[in-house]
Amino acid sequence: MPTHVLVARAALPFLVSLLLALLLHFGVARFLDDYDRGLVMSVGINIMLAVSLTMVNGFTGQFSIGHAGFLGVGGYVAGAVTYATSLKLYGDLETRGSMLSGTSLNVDPATLSWFGQGDLLFVASLLAGGCAAALIGYVVGLPSLRLRGDYLAIVTLGFGEIVRVLIQRTDKTAALQAWDRVHPGVPAPEGVSRVFAIENSVLDPATGLSQTTYTAVSDANWFEIAPRVGGSLGFSAVPDYTSIFWVVLFAGVTIAVASRIKRSTFGRAFLSIREDEIASEAMGVDTVRYKVRAFVIAAFFAGLAGGLFAHFKSMNPNEIGFARSFDIVIMVVLGGLGSISGASIAAIIVTLLPEWLRGLDQYRMIIWALALILMMIFRPQGLLGVREIWDKALWQGLVRFIKREKSSPKAGGGA
Amino acid sequence: MDQLLQAIKDSITIGCLYALIALGYTMVYGILKFINFAHSDVVVIGALSTAVLGERMLHKLAPGATAAWYYGPLLLLLAILICSTVAFTVERLAYRPLRRAPRLNVLITAIGVSLLLQNAGQLKFLFGTEPHPVPMLIDQTATIFTVLGVKFRWLDLAIIGTAIIFMVALDYLVFHTKIGRGMRAVSHDTRIASLMGVPVDRIISFTFITGAALAAAGGFLYALRYQTVTQPADTGWALLGLKAFVAAVVGGIGNIRGAVLGALAIACVENFGAAYLHPGYTDVYVFVILILVLLFRPGGILGKAVVEKV
Repeated sequence: MPTHVLVARAALPFLVSLLLALLLHFGVARFLDDYDRGLVMSVGINIMLAVSLTMVNGFTGQFSIGHAGFLGVGGYVAGAVTYATSLKLYGDLETRGSMLSGTSLNVDPATLSWFGQGDLLFVASLLAGGCAAALIGYVVGLPSLRLRGDYLAIVTLGFGEIVRVLIQRTDKTAALQAWDRVHPGVPAPEGVSRVFAIENSVLDPATGLSQTTYTAVSDANWFEIAPRVGGSLGFSAVPDYTSIFWVVLFAGVTIAVASRIKRSTFGRAFLSIREDEIASEAMGVDTVRYKVRAFVIAAFFAGLAGGLFAHFKSMNPNEIGFARSFDIVIMVVLGGLGSISGASIAAIIVTLLPEWLRGLDQYRMIIWALALILMMIFRPQGLLGVREIWDKALWQGLVRFIKREKSSPKAGGGA
Repeated sequence: MDQLLQAIKDSITIGCLYALIALGYTMVYGILKFINFAHSDVVVIGALSTAVLGERMLHKLAPGATAAWYYGPLLLLLAILICSTVAFTVERLAYRPLRRAPRLNVLITAIGVSLLLQNAGQLKFLFGTEPHPVPMLIDQTATIFTVLGVKFRWLDLAIIGTAIIFMVALDYLVFHTKIGRGMRAVSHDTRIASLMGVPVDRIISFTFITGAALAAAGGFLYALRYQTVTQPADTGWALLGLKAFVAAVVGGIGNIRGAVLGALAIACVENFGAAYLHPGYTDVYVFVILILVLLFRPGGILGKAVVEKV
């Protein structure tokens, strides 16, 4: 096949997701209220998480149940970068977005450009978050050198919990506070900007009491600003850059990359490890290297998802605990292990179903849990099994199934 | 010195609690090779039924007074009965149909069961969402003796004593009875055991019931020690279960004596870490130890390394 056809075919999914993102952002989003828009963004972020975990649990057959840890690492790093940079560059935490991401400044919408100053910062911090998560993914993937199956699962679970506890224990002092808001009527001390200051608690060795000092943001170092993420209360001060456009775009990119990987030599190696690790090693697949790679790629996309999450909702330790990791595993298994489209559909269902059942109040989660158990008993291969929604075989099978139903009305009348 | 003594005492008491819970994880893993995530919820049911039934029975008790001695064992027995019934039903309805399914499916089912138990337990006519106080089944402050300012209370003795009785009973059950031999056979190789005439399904049911009885005892002792029991979906419970599971892994999963040893080790790590390093990071120490043990001795303390054969 000529090169330009191959390039076009590779670029097509990315173009489609860009178009879809623009369409949803400027078209559909207009008709939604804030709540529904938030739901759409949650769905997109969950699709990213589910598809990225599919690469580890589905393609490679490894068993990771600490995926929310990567979400946490990515989210906190991305959030901290935006947070510290916004304060350093602009001295405040306003959102300086564009038509694509929204802004909190009083700017006439007509004058907004396509790409704001803040958007560059936003994308850069997302990438920083993704890379940080990928680095941690490398470290977490390394034990797969020695550990298999459930033992690897336990290590990933332990990793996720370590991340959660470490974040929970970070500096609880809401780091940078508006001076006037905290000390109304008190003149700011010398050297402190009237707008923002870092609050430091220093233990005075002479008296044994803790003393509060203030440093102006302009004098503070990066490493002093960034880790002040708000502990167990959550990291809510990050400017809200995330919009439907960015979420849909990144979700589309994640799906496109995953499906390209699945069909590449690389992906075949992943799948061979899933089917039989010893056999694939005998065929010359460097299983350890591929397993670590799967972890790194999955962690990168989970980190991106975390960045999007941090710029949309308040990042807090409850969001990255094992309950969240289990949710993502549920999406992957419900969709069918190894099926990208299945995981995406399951992510949509898992996000929206509890919302639709909200009217049932306290019975909501009971019904959800029962549905999950029944699903595992009666359709253990998940929604799509190993197939994809764009596989011809799936549709041919469906057509054949319908035809058979028509020709023999006795078979499966209740279905 | 007193700090060291306190840490040792706490390690043993908490270790006993963890051990009772860890045994349930390790038994189910030994036989079915899956992590029973719903086990921590059985512990919760044990603790909450102790609190709720105790409230019902002892509502006439004057505040501050201690209940008669026989209420403790009675509540323990009731908790065991309730937990065993729940575990038996869960195994029968949710896990048995999946005997041949991939392990990931069983795991998801276990998560589903866990969610179900948590949310069903929150219903108003069961346990509700309020924390429950536990009636005084034993005098909380009565001390046996004091060494270097560290008090050894009757409460500690009750916890350690009960736990030891249960562990010895389990050890006898597994290593000296016919049904215990069946359990060991099924855990060694399910298929061969069934060929040899071991009733596999009945053994598995029995394992779940035994594990639930130990979990109920763990829940009961937890209620006894901490005096208030929070609602079923509290994340603290899941973390308790997770730590007990870590203990089972550290000791060598599938190994009953290993689970007890692992539980004591984990409790030591927690309490010594809290006493000498920083009290805020106890969970981190536990999971770091877990990862280190898995990396350098993947089978756990007493476990055997499994070599994969082609």
